[in-house]
Amino acid sequence: MEHTHPTIPRQSWTFSNEINSEIRRAASSGIYDIRGGGAKRRVPHFDDLLFMGASMSRYPLEGYREKCETNVTLGTRFAKTPIELAIPITLAGMSFGSLSGPAKEALGRGATLAGTSTTTGDGGMTEEERGHSKLLVYQYLPSRYGMNPDDLRRADAIEVVVGQGAKPGGGGMLLGQKITERVAGMRDLPVGIDQRSACRHPDWTGPDDLEIKILELREITSWEKPIYIKIGGSRPYYDTALSVKAGADVIVLDGMQGGTAATQDVFIEHVGTPTLACIRPAVKALQELGLHRKVQLIVSGGIRTGADVAKALALGADAVSIGTAALVAIGDNDPKWEAEYQKLGTTAGAYDDWHEGRDPAGITTQDPELMARLDPVDAGRRLRNYLNVLTLECQTLARACGKSHVHNLEPEDLCALTIEAAAMAQVPLAGTNWIPGQNGF
Amino acid sequence: MASALKQVAAGDTVSLQAGLNDLLTLDMAVTELREVNATLQTASIETNDDSWQILNPRGSHAVAVGLDVPIKVIVKGSTGYYCAGMNKQATVHVEGSVGPGVAENMMSGMVIVDGDASQYAGATGHGGLLVVKGNASSRCGISMKGIDIVVHGNIGHMSAFMAQKGNLVVLGDAGSALGDSIYEARLFVHGSVKSLGADCIEKEMRPGHLEILSDLLVRAGADADPTEFKRYGSARKLYNFNIDHAGEY
Ligand SMILES: Cc1cc2nc3c(=O)[nH]c(=O)nc-3n(C[C@H](O)[C@H](O)[C@H](O)COP(=O)(O)O)c2cc1C
Repeated sequence: MEHTHPTIPRQSWTFSNEINSEIRRAASSGIYDIRGGGAKRRVPHFDDLLFMGASMSRYPLEGYREKCETNVTLGTRFAKTPIELAIPITLAGMSFGSLSGPAKEALGRGATLAGTSTTTGDGGMTEEERGHSKLLVYQYLPSRYGMNPDDLRRADAIEVVVGQGAKPGGGGMLLGQKITERVAGMRDLPVGIDQRSACRHPDWTGPDDLEIKILELREITSWEKPIYIKIGGSRPYYDTALSVKAGADVIVLDGMQGGTAATQDVFIEHVGTPTLACIRPAVKALQELGLHRKVQLIVSGGIRTGADVAKALALGADAVSIGTAALVAIGDNDPKWEAEYQKLGTTAGAYDDWHEGRDPAGITTQDPELMARLDPVDAGRRLRNYLNVLTLECQTLARACGKSHVHNLEPEDLCALTIEAAAMAQVPLAGTNWIPGQNGF
Repeated sequence: MASALKQVAAGDTVSLQAGLNDLLTLDMAVTELREVNATLQTASIETNDDSWQILNPRGSHAVAVGLDVPIKVIVKGSTGYYCAGMNKQATVHVEGSVGPGVAENMMSGMVIVDGDASQYAGATGHGGLLVVKGNASSRCGISMKGIDIVVHGNIGHMSAFMAQKGNLVVLGDAGSALGDSIYEARLFVHGSVKSLGADCIEKEMRPGHLEILSDLLVRAGADADPTEFKRYGSARKLYNFNIDHAGEY
């Protein structure tokens, strides 16, 4: 009798190992998965765009001889004292509580050395951060933890947080493990309890109210500080227009891939509009209102390289902001801690249980022993180096396109590798003049 | 009554009338909001700029915000949103009603409202005393962080939502979902409570609580018997996530 050949075992695509392990995790714990970081799935991104470079019809600038400026001024609309940055890259708001004091200090040091600003976060302003940041943006969040008029006046700008790309429509969460006496004191709450930050502001709803809220903040700070509004990538065209109406000097638009300290995985992976798809609608809203470059646009969510920076600027952003990349630069997920990641059941590059406060790299923790592993001076220098590299790379690309200022980059410098990216960024598919969705096609 | 022209903050000239009780006057019929706030924010008790009246507030928003001096300000009429927002040290007395967010995020000092207060009265306040002689609307004391609030009348729904610290005293009735997701704030209600929010329960009134309540009633000029109040606070069941309590959210 002839032997019947077995087929090779076939894993279901629908029920992949990853999915099955999540089902088993849910069944054993009874609670959704909470984690830090941004979306891990692949979505159309800046990698799907290319600069075309200069040739016969455009001429480039000499890489090592001709100037390519990178400075940016933020808050020129209403504020008496706009912010002057040397580079178009800012440090995004990351809460003290989720991050350790030394990590906050390192961010301040690195940003200051590179000539840019850093941002507080949920939980209030720390001395580590104020003391080491030449330019500090103070977040005005729904929780209002630690909010007070003195810190408002000590800030260089105020950022009203409406949403975050990782969780548009969601609030914050800091689990009890990280609520030490210092963190609890700053938040006026008992030690060791879970701290839920509300998803809506307690004393206004909607852009009409926000306009009055911003009036109040300006009156308290004598109209000196630029007021930013931070929105999560959701409906960028309308959200941008409404932010302008509410009186923003600067709009921070955080795409779906943006990082978070701790949020439900289902929220991170399934809510929001990808960064690439957010920029053009936002810029269009500003242009229609005659305010492009007058109300500055900062874009964040998955910015990693100078190419990402240059592409975001070419699509119309005035600056970008980084969170996760800055943490990696100061030592997050460094393979040198691999043995310890293994003990936590993970591996360098995948560690995302930031809410548990056991970070081997000493960044997303409040444990004094782990925290002491991060030298803020050294980490600050690494961040400075990284910011310098991003800037140099961005300049390299801008010069190749013949631009004497990075803000002169434009959509016409770009083409797309995929139809999706072409549609989202509204630039032609490479080798064609086809922009999906335009001219009826 | 003498009237004087005095040089004030930022080199602006404001007409200041030294009235009967030495009240300095800012008339919003002729003075811009910016000038009103800048004048009050830079007032100094050393030079006897310590008592002010604001005429014709006409429902303006953000009146007398960001003060940080122990001055007295009487507002002759009703205001809009965020009156006395982020107050420190000052006493602001509104002889009228106030819009949403009166004394929001107050740090210290005292704010008195003779009329009614709209939504979010005393929201996120960290300290000081807010007294509302009339009623307060919904979300009174939302997210309060140490402020004391005394409402002579009733309060609306969802009051003291996520209230963290401080005391809320209500001489009238409270609306639905009082103290939803409350932390360590204390709520004292004289009248009825339509319903309690998640994790909020009635608690025993101990001698220490009666002392706190009596003191607040005196300071707020409220004539009520502390022993007739009920106290509400957190059951502390939602402090750390527990799957068996998920249905209560
Ligand atoms: C650890 C961590 C903490 C964060 N905390 C806050 C916060 O308190 N407030 C806020 O608006 N955004 C917060 N964010 C989001 C960042 O401000 C920013 O939007 C995001 O990190 C940008 O995306 P990227 O991480 O891909 O650069 C946090 C992000 C991280 C990674």
